[in-house]
Amino acid sequence: MKKTIHQINERIRDGNARVVTAEEMPALVAELGEEGALAEVDVVTTGTFGAMCSSGGFFNFGHADPPIRMERVWLNDVEAYAGLAAVDAFIGATQQSTTREENYGGAHVIEDFIAGKAVELRAISRGTDCYPRRTITTDLLLENLNQAIMCNPRNGYQRYNAACNSTDRVLHTYMGMLLPGCGNVTYSGAGLLNPISNDPHFRVIGSGVPCLLGGAPGMVIGEGTQASPAGGFGTLMVTADMKQMDTEYIRAATMTGYGVTLYVGLGIPIPILDIETVRSTAVRDEDIWVDIIDYGVPSRDRPSIGKVNYAMLKSGHLEINGEEVRISSLSSLRRARRVASDLKKWIESGKMPVCLPTRRIDPSKRVGPMRETAQGPRVLEIMDRRVITISEDEPIRDAAKKLLKGETNHLPVINGKGVLVGIVTTYDVSKAVVNPEKISHVRDIMRRRVITTTADEPVDIAVRKLEKHNISALPVVDGEFRVVGMLTAMDLGKLFGGRWLK
Amino acid sequence: MKLLVTFSRKEGKKPIIAQVVRDTGVLVNVERAIIDSSEGEALIDIPDESCRVVKDKLADLGASVRILEEEISLDENECVDCGACISICPQEVFSFDEEFRLRVDAKRCVLCGRCIEICPHRALSRRVEI
Repeated sequence: MKKTIHQINERIRDGNARVVTAEEMPALVAELGEEGALAEVDVVTTGTFGAMCSSGGFFNFGHADPPIRMERVWLNDVEAYAGLAAVDAFIGATQQSTTREENYGGAHVIEDFIAGKAVELRAISRGTDCYPRRTITTDLLLENLNQAIMCNPRNGYQRYNAACNSTDRVLHTYMGMLLPGCGNVTYSGAGLLNPISNDPHFRVIGSGVPCLLGGAPGMVIGEGTQASPAGGFGTLMVTADMKQMDTEYIRAATMTGYGVTLYVGLGIPIPILDIETVRSTAVRDEDIWVDIIDYGVPSRDRPSIGKVNYAMLKSGHLEINGEEVRISSLSSLRRARRVASDLKKWIESGKMPVCLPTRRIDPSKRVGPMRETAQGPRVLEIMDRRVITISEDEPIRDAAKKLLKGETNHLPVINGKGVLVGIVTTYDVSKAVVNPEKISHVRDIMRRRVITTTADEPVDIAVRKLEKHNISALPVVDGEFRVVGMLTAMDLGKLFGGRWLK
Repeated sequence: MKLLVTFSRKEGKKPIIAQVVRDTGVLVNVERAIIDSSEGEALIDIPDESCRVVKDKLADLGASVRILEEEISLDENECVDCGACISICPQEVFSFDEEFRLRVDAKRCVLCGRCIEICPHRALSRRVEI
């Protein structure tokens, strides 16, 4: 048995369509069987509500008198991209305010507009014969704009890897606060309610298909940026009119220590046409697996410490290395359910007919890394190879001499095998002089927990370590933890005027 | 009940809490303590019925004492029930109910402030009632 989109739309128009949410579908299929569910169900509604950084919107402000060709535009001090035309601009959700930094950004401008608040527009221009005006400042409400069209390049991620942190310090990431020693796990996504998870081969989701975006009727434009559906990480580009949106489903947020983002509610109806759509909408949380990625490793290819499915994630607890760890979701399942049930009501009441894609999304695409034609500087290229070390058995006085003679402030301490065991600074030595008490040897004053770098580490990562730990030097160690160089704040100066400064 | 005890550094060098425990016989649970160069602050938890005697004793020893009634306050208009706070709270104040609505067990809170700092929606704040 098969149904056509016209048959389904006829039932929607007549108010007879049977609509269920993606959460209700698995049980229904189990009860009625696939053929039974196909006969019974017309549409399955999906929903997700979470941080979707890649969001934003186009505004048209109307022409002022005398007119201005806006070259740079700020909305409540958040810069919008104005390289479009005279009075058009695109605001990106993650763009931060020039005055309030991570506490206010493009996402907040969007939320404020939708909430009916006034937003200050400021723009500058060189002035031309046709657009003589050079500056403008005015307060605008959403209703004063000709258009306010949300257009989100990447929304509705099919699933998203969970996060943890194996290092010994707290990390602030776009996946929230990650406690040291894998002390917690965070995740995002609605699991079985996610739109693409209910149509992973993009048989019914594609260009032109209706959706509910931010509480407003919208449309799928097509493939989202960074989409990798072949690997199970599809994304969608979506649009809707901000003037019809509701702040229940559009919320600005700040990931502390990371930046501004926008929480977006997105739901897509899946017309049940054939056995394949029944099967894909019967997906359960147990079927959707993700990796737990260790964000403690600061590179693109971060390692996975294990696999989990959304049923495990939603349970709120997980066992890692024999210890129970608590899980935080960053998206809201409660609101995702509301999106799916709102969409259900829209369709049941005949307000939203369904349609098939006017252009299909290629399900075989895979995302690639950036091609980098120039490698950034590595520690090797700027480190100081002249290493002055000391052993832990030497008297403090010798440390002082070595510091003076070497004109350095940091002495790595090594054992008999040349392995790094500690570090002594001029500060430690001075302190020992002021409070002599019973200490006499390097081992009494050295710090045993040494933050280190390696020769092939990118300088940016090493600089982050210096900043994070508020220190001014890092011993450079090899695979056996032997000191091969030192990287100090002074060495960073070599980056300026060198070939890296282009 | 929770008491916020503040004392100057001079008193801070004396074992105030230990003395209170010894003199009153009340078992005091120190939930959080910060001591810097000029003053110290400790959040202690004691049985409700011992409030008077502990409070008086602390005052005798030169500390100032406030009773904390409310610990953490949730703005339900801002909260979207994401749950970012759940796993980072050392006291397990936050959890989801059956409908994935955020539940706050404020009594367990020790005012560490971590959730206030990280709430993506700035829905949490400290409300102190004396």
